Amino acid sequence: MIAFALRRVIQAIGVMLAVGVIAFSMFRFAGDPVSQIVSIDTLAAERAEVRKSLGLDDPILVQFGRYFANAAQFKFGVSYQFRQPVSSLLKERMPATLELATCATIFALVFGILMGVYSALRRDSILAKLFQAVSLIGISLPTFLIGILLIYLFAVILGWLPSYGRGDVVRIGWWTTGLLTVSGLKALVMPAITLGLFQMTLIMRLVRAEMLEVLRTDYIRFARARGLTTRAIHFGHALKNTLVPVITVAGLQFGSVIAFAIITETVFQWPGMGLLFVQAIQNVDIPIMAAYLLVVSVIFVTINLIVDILYTIVDPRLRSTISRQA
Amino acid sequence: MRTRLTLFALTAVSFAASLILPASAQTLRYANQGDLKSLDPYTLNETTTLAHLGQVYEGLIARGKDLKIIPGLAESWETPEPTRWRFHLRKNVKFQNGDPFTADDVVFSANRVRANGSNLQTRVPKDAKVVKVDDYTVDFVLSSPNPILNSQWDTWYIMDKKWAEANNSVDPTPAAATTPSFASLHANGTGAFSVESHQPGVKTVFKANPTWWRKPEHNLKEIIFTPIHSDATRVAALLSGEVDVIEPVPIQDISRVNASSNAKVLTGPELRTIFLGMDQTRDELLYSNVKGKNPFKDEKVREAFYKAIDINLIKTRVMRGLSTPSALMIAPQLFSLSKDFTRPKFDPDASKKLLAAAGYPNGFEVGMDCPNDRYVNDAAICQAVVGMLARVGVKVDLMAQPKAQYFAKVLKPGGYKTSFYLLGWTPGTLDSHNVLHDIIGCRDNPNSSRGEANLGGYCNKKVDALTDQILQETDAGKRDQLIKQAFEIVQKDYGYIPLHQQALAWGVSNKVKLTQRADNQVLLYWATKKE
Repeated sequence: MIAFALRRVIQAIGVMLAVGVIAFSMFRFAGDPVSQIVSIDTLAAERAEVRKSLGLDDPILVQFGRYFANAAQFKFGVSYQFRQPVSSLLKERMPATLELATCATIFALVFGILMGVYSALRRDSILAKLFQAVSLIGISLPTFLIGILLIYLFAVILGWLPSYGRGDVVRIGWWTTGLLTVSGLKALVMPAITLGLFQMTLIMRLVRAEMLEVLRTDYIRFARARGLTTRAIHFGHALKNTLVPVITVAGLQFGSVIAFAIITETVFQWPGMGLLFVQAIQNVDIPIMAAYLLVVSVIFVTINLIVDILYTIVDPRLRSTISRQA
Repeated sequence: MRTRLTLFALTAVSFAASLILPASAQTLRYANQGDLKSLDPYTLNETTTLAHLGQVYEGLIARGKDLKIIPGLAESWETPEPTRWRFHLRKNVKFQNGDPFTADDVVFSANRVRANGSNLQTRVPKDAKVVKVDDYTVDFVLSSPNPILNSQWDTWYIMDKKWAEANNSVDPTPAAATTPSFASLHANGTGAFSVESHQPGVKTVFKANPTWWRKPEHNLKEIIFTPIHSDATRVAALLSGEVDVIEPVPIQDISRVNASSNAKVLTGPELRTIFLGMDQTRDELLYSNVKGKNPFKDEKVREAFYKAIDINLIKTRVMRGLSTPSALMIAPQLFSLSKDFTRPKFDPDASKKLLAAAGYPNGFEVGMDCPNDRYVNDAAICQAVVGMLARVGVKVDLMAQPKAQYFAKVLKPGGYKTSFYLLGWTPGTLDSHNVLHDIIGCRDNPNSSRGEANLGGYCNKKVDALTDQILQETDAGKRDQLIKQAFEIVQKDYGYIPLHQQALAWGVSNKVKLTQRADNQVLLYWATKKE
């Protein structure tokens, strides 16, 4: 078990290194940071000075070495556009993204499972068909379009919910939360639905398929024969067995929810890390881009690791194969 | 009857009172496409940033609603000799932290703005000596006469020496700073508003300054600024009444905002001139199928390009009416004789003939560089140009790219790698000399900054000679005549193809009244808001 975890950690470090190399090589195509820092009528001599002070005219290998040495110590430097340390900018923005991603995942899980179970049990009802239609929309409509449609319906026409931002936030230590104020909760509704809709449809379809599968198995038939109540069969036996793959998928998807938050955050001007990253790309703010990519890859790798380990705990069959391999 | 009368009287009184009493202080919410990145007034020479900071800081001069120079922190000034400017400072002005404003602050600010790391170094000439005569008099001693010395000083904001020294902010925040600077997160000016809180890229709250020396024209108690990058969201926030002012409104949304019941779009011509430039220096174009020679060196080809472009079609189709076609490389508001100039007529047949006469009866191919996220509908303008040139036989290969890549390629540090390009320019000094020097001047002298933004390298020595005269000429009438002569030469040479001034479009709630200035500075100290 420990050997397995260790191997996974080493793999994770390899992944991080690869992300670093790819990220660094992409920065070279993002454009010229200097022309984003200074105005267009700035003289070439002054531009050269800025370039030099940023270390951009060093040889590529030197820049690469410096980038890696700093990244390894989690030193990300100072943002070109804000003149603030990147670590403090990310720390300030991270609660917004994590809260949004968590709420979106909870929304996706609750509604996805409920709708999935219903449409598996009442396959031919009108509501189940409606759910199927909704899930098609959720899968095929791009996130930004859903966001804009929601804004127009609920903010402009009905005026129920705010169209942008995070509302009032409460500060708890370095963490800021919008979950404790009315305006914060209202502001969370549309971004969370927008971000979670795709996951919700995914989970709904998964639950439905798994549930149909499980309902056909022998032990359900035996349970019926033993005279258990339908409720006990459906929720005590069938649903429980469907949830194993659902949890795996939801866990793995949490990483992509954070990554996909880029688009949702841009549409709703949600002050999270994704918005910061999009602006950084437009302004060739390399320190922010580098830090964000590393942070997201850390999140991804960590979640993967946890899911892998959890999986072996949940499913004893996997454990034996792993120990045999090790 | 009696009660009705009383009621009537009461209503009349309260109505009258509402007319006489100032409306109660209001909160104005403002959203812009761009961020307020740093509060340090010398970090970024960019309109939106400087406009935000203009609500907190002030310069020695100010510019009124019509952009005319008016006294600011200096009550008056004179030039006792052509190389000496004397400024008489306003007394009893206090910074927002209570420090008095004196000549020491001006001398300090002059040094700070010229220091390394400042992006506004050219505001005060490097070799000018700034001399404190007494607490309220400052002399600027120049090495050569300069009639437009103070033209950009409305955005050279005066900082508090004592405050900067106490907070370790004597030097401007450089781009490569390794520690956060105090002055980029805090502000202490003499202006209409003070910064109450600033979260970079998220939200900034300004509070009215009760000790401001001017009599406020606004009725605001606070301004809440939020950047909203997404066009659709910004417009939605205005329409739903969550914000009161937005800048800009995308052209395609203007009619929708105007059709709504709670907001209108304020439009007006902007000072920025959008134009096309052509590489006239290389012996062979970088991006063309013409080898061994450069077609743009031939005046006939440049004239043919000019006449092939239907500027009115660009105005009606691409800009939806929101542009002012221009014959000049400077906006008409900034040059008094601009009405003497007209564009050569759109004439595709003449264009074809000119191309044939130049030896290209079947046209030729050329690559065009164009930004796609910098100016209003920039890439769409370029696409229109491609279509128009195709009609006269010139095949244009369009490379529309984000500004980060575009400027890296076409500007001097990138080696002017372009054959044909679109650019926009607002003279920082709001004066023709800047245009003649920076984008029209010859760039053949490597030790001079003349022509650094002349990406195509158009060059006419007669224009350069006139430009030098213009810098020294102090008589306004004579100066305008010289400028006119210079622009006439450029037009005759077809050195550039000016297109238009794009329009400003601000979305303003019906509750708010505000002044739109042509330099696109959203200045909320001229804003009033009803209940």
